Parts: sequence; structure tokens; C-alpha cells
Amino acid sequence: MTKIESTFFDIGYMDRLSTQETPIHRLDPRAKLLTTLIFIVVVVSFDKHEISGLVPFFVYPVVMIALGNLPLVYLLKKILLVAPFAFLIGIFNPLLDRELLIHLGPVGISGGWISFASIMIRFTLTVGATLILIASTGFNAVCMALEKIGGPRVFAIQLLFLYRYLFVLVDEAFRLVRARSLRSFGGRGMGIKAFGSLVGHLLLRTLDRAQRIHLAMLSRGFDGKIRLMRPSKMQIADICFILGWSTLFVLMRLYNIPQFIGKLVAGLVQ
Amino acid sequence: MSHHIIEVNNLQYTYPDGTRALRGVSFRIVHGASVAIVGANGAGKSTLLLHLNGYLNPTDGSVRIGDLPVTKKTLKYVRRTVGMVFQDPDDQLFMPTVYDDVAFGPLNLGLGPEDVDTRVMNALSIVAASHLKNRPPYKLSGGEKRSVSIASVLSMSPDILVMDEPTSDLDPKTRRELIELLKTFEHTKIIATHDLDMVLDLCERTIILHKGQITADGPTVEIFQNEALLAESRLEQPLRMQSCPVCCRST
Repeated sequence: MTKIESTFFDIGYMDRLSTQETPIHRLDPRAKLLTTLIFIVVVVSFDKHEISGLVPFFVYPVVMIALGNLPLVYLLKKILLVAPFAFLIGIFNPLLDRELLIHLGPVGISGGWISFASIMIRFTLTVGATLILIASTGFNAVCMALEKIGGPRVFAIQLLFLYRYLFVLVDEAFRLVRARSLRSFGGRGMGIKAFGSLVGHLLLRTLDRAQRIHLAMLSRGFDGKIRLMRPSKMQIADICFILGWSTLFVLMRLYNIPQFIGKLVAGLVQ
Repeated sequence: MSHHIIEVNNLQYTYPDGTRALRGVSFRIVHGASVAIVGANGAGKSTLLLHLNGYLNPTDGSVRIGDLPVTKKTLKYVRRTVGMVFQDPDDQLFMPTVYDDVAFGPLNLGLGPEDVDTRVMNALSIVAASHLKNRPPYKLSGGEKRSVSIASVLSMSPDILVMDEPTSDLDPKTRRELIELLKTFEHTKIIATHDLDMVLDLCERTIILHKGQITADGPTVEIFQNEALLAESRLEQPLRMQSCPVCCRST
């Protein structure tokens, strides 16, 4: 199996995770989606030099991972995979912002480094929360929830189809890549030239498939609206989940807990 | 409706690129009949099927389903009456779970949640796939996919079933089970296929298409005995009707 194949089959693992039976998995998808959204908004709303205020927010992923029986190492690996994006966004801050903000003994730390660290923490928190959402809910349920809470229908359905056909499309891509590598004898198989026509082929096949799927939808009475049957009701537990976490997030946003504890301890010592 | 008749009259179709796929096809299929449409690759089988549920509009000629001609106005009725099973189940199973997929048709018909549920479970139990209902379609085996795609059509309770190569890509045992299943259906059936052995089991009548025209239309057994006709249409006798290589080995 080539590397790209093994990476891809990992996606199926997220799906398997979402079929577990834990208190977190049993919650209504909408409750988890809303809580995740609030979490992300609150985390992002902090000042750019904030670090200590962000730390308490790790309580959310920690609790969710523990109660949802999710594999920590696997999620961390996934976060690491997308980390370069956040890294590139933040890496120039130390160069642009050289004003010293903190002195740790003889070492001064500039505002740039602090905001870089802040970006990385925020990134870990938000991406972590999103991964937890998907791993504990399942991608389809997330799309459905998105539509139910009033997100644009077209968008939700696009996502749904994207996810459904990702598997078929990637399968097709593998077959093309395999066919090429079997005839290129360890070399690069005509390099970029063959690659171009390979991608072109894939596009044409995709268009063909899209047409056939549309045909299949039409012959089953599709009229532009996707109707889904999912009798889901928000239970008291779901509402408590949203309210409980949101309250905590807002409190953690308003009061810097580590600073508070620090002052308390300092006061006691004196 | 008791008259699930299909009437195709001098049907002609030319693709936008100029390919003349159908050159005057006429036939009439009566209620409850089971008819095979056979022919070489590119003979026009798929094009013909696409006319039966109104996806393609005839360049000339007409198609009637039941008492109504297939036009834009009757499209909804036609698509509810004619259930179409596609050759590649991956084209047909587009919803995230098997249950959602089978429910897609009934929901579009505007049925209530309870009706939809009964229909879905009923359709799934007919094809013996109830246990698959929460699985995502892309993780099913080829045979399971085929069963589910048939269920997704049955749930709309169509009167006429149109199938494109239902036995392709199936292992022998699964193929046999599918044939046995199709035997139990009382729908009017139209099956486009290369699997002439299946035709022998399922269809009392066969239509041979060759280069967009009907070259033969009659009882299956009679047609399959006419080797010259089959050869002309780039077909061969079903294996079962050919002499057995073991028993007939020359000594």
C-alpha cells in the first residue's frame, strides 16, 4: 500500500470512532455542534498576546476525550498534520513584533514570540475541538446538524456529497496511480506530463459520474430539495450540555483564572 | 392502475454529437411481462432505457407509460411508475447511510415519516438487507450494494422495474440469489443485459437491438435457438444451450 492510500484509509477510522456508545456520543449532534462553535468563537476572541487566559480552555478537549473514549495520540497526530498552516501564519510575528514584553531573568521575550505561541495554542484548541466534534458525532451527523440549526442547505448538502464521494473518487484515483506505477518501473513514469493527463482523466470521470448520480436522483423523484428523515429531539441533557459549557467558556473568557489563582497563592504566601 | 403497459413507437434518438443511437424502435410490453433487451456494446440498450423514465427526450417517435405519454408534464408520474436500477450501484447509492438512501425516493414522493419507515424496512427485508440499514453504502460488498440499490427502487413501489445489467460484477452465488429474488417480483420487468443465461431464467420474451434497430422480438427460447441471428447481432447462445465441453469431448 502506498503512503497516500494508508493516509486515506485513516478517514474511515474517524467514522468508526463516531459509532461508539458513550455519553458524549449519545448527545444530539446539534448540541455538540453549537458548543464547538461557541468554544471556537470564544477562543478566537482573545487578545493577540493572551496565553495564560487560554490555558484553562484545555479542560474542554480533555473532558470530551476522556468521556468520549477518543484516542488522544491519534487526535494529536491529526492536529500535527495540519499544524504547518498555523505555523506559517504565525512564524513571521517574532520578526515583525520585536518589542520586549516579558523578562524571564536575563532573557527577554518579544511580543512576536508571545503572539506566535498564542496562535499555536488557539490553533490546537480549535482544531482539536473540531476533530473531537467529528470523531464523537460523525461527519454526516455534523452536516445534518448544520442544516438543522439554520446553516445554508446547499452548503450542508455539498459537504454531505463531498464526503460520500470522496471514497469513490479516491478509489478511482488509486486505480489510475496504480496503473501508472505498474508501468513506470520505479521511475517517475514520464513525470509531470503523465501526471497532467492523469488528473485530467480523473476530472472527466468525475464529471461523468456526477451526471450519472444526477440521473439516479432524478429517477427517484429528486426536485432540487433533499429531504432527510432524522427524528431527533433535543433532550434536557443536550440543553444542559450547551448551557453548562457555554457558561464556563464565558466565565473563562471574562476572568483570567490562572492569574486569579496566582494572586490567591501569592496573597496566602505573604 | 392496472395497466402497466409500456409502448414505444418509432423511437429515434440522435445524440448531440451526431451519433444515431436509436433508429426507429417500436415495441409494446404488457402488464406483468418480463422482457430482456439484449444486444452488442453500443447497440443502443442504455439509450433506450433512458427514454423509459424520461431522462432523454426522443428526437422522433413517442414513449407511453400506462395511459400517458412521457412528456415534461407527466414526468413525475412516469418516474414513480418506472423504477430504474442502474448498472453501477455507486451511482445510485448517494446518501450517507443505506437507510437514508432507501428513504430518498419515498421522501421525495412526499410521504409522512411513518409511511417512509414502513416502506424502507419493507423494501430492505424483501432483498434481505435489513441488517445493513445503518451502514454507509461505500463499505458494502458488491452484492450487498446491488441488493440495496434494488431496495432503494422498490421503496417507491414502482409498477415497472427497469434494470441495466443487474448481474454484472456479481459472484456466481450472489448472481443466482439475485435471479431467484427477481423471479419473485410481480412487476413488469425490462432487463438490459449481456447475461443471456439469466435471460433464459427470467424473461419469456427477448428483444434484440442491433445498431439502433430491433432485429428480433419474440419468445426467448425461440430466439436463442437461432444461432445465425445471434451471430449477426454479435451475440452467442447462452452457455447452457451450447454443447458441454466435457460430455461432448471428441474421443
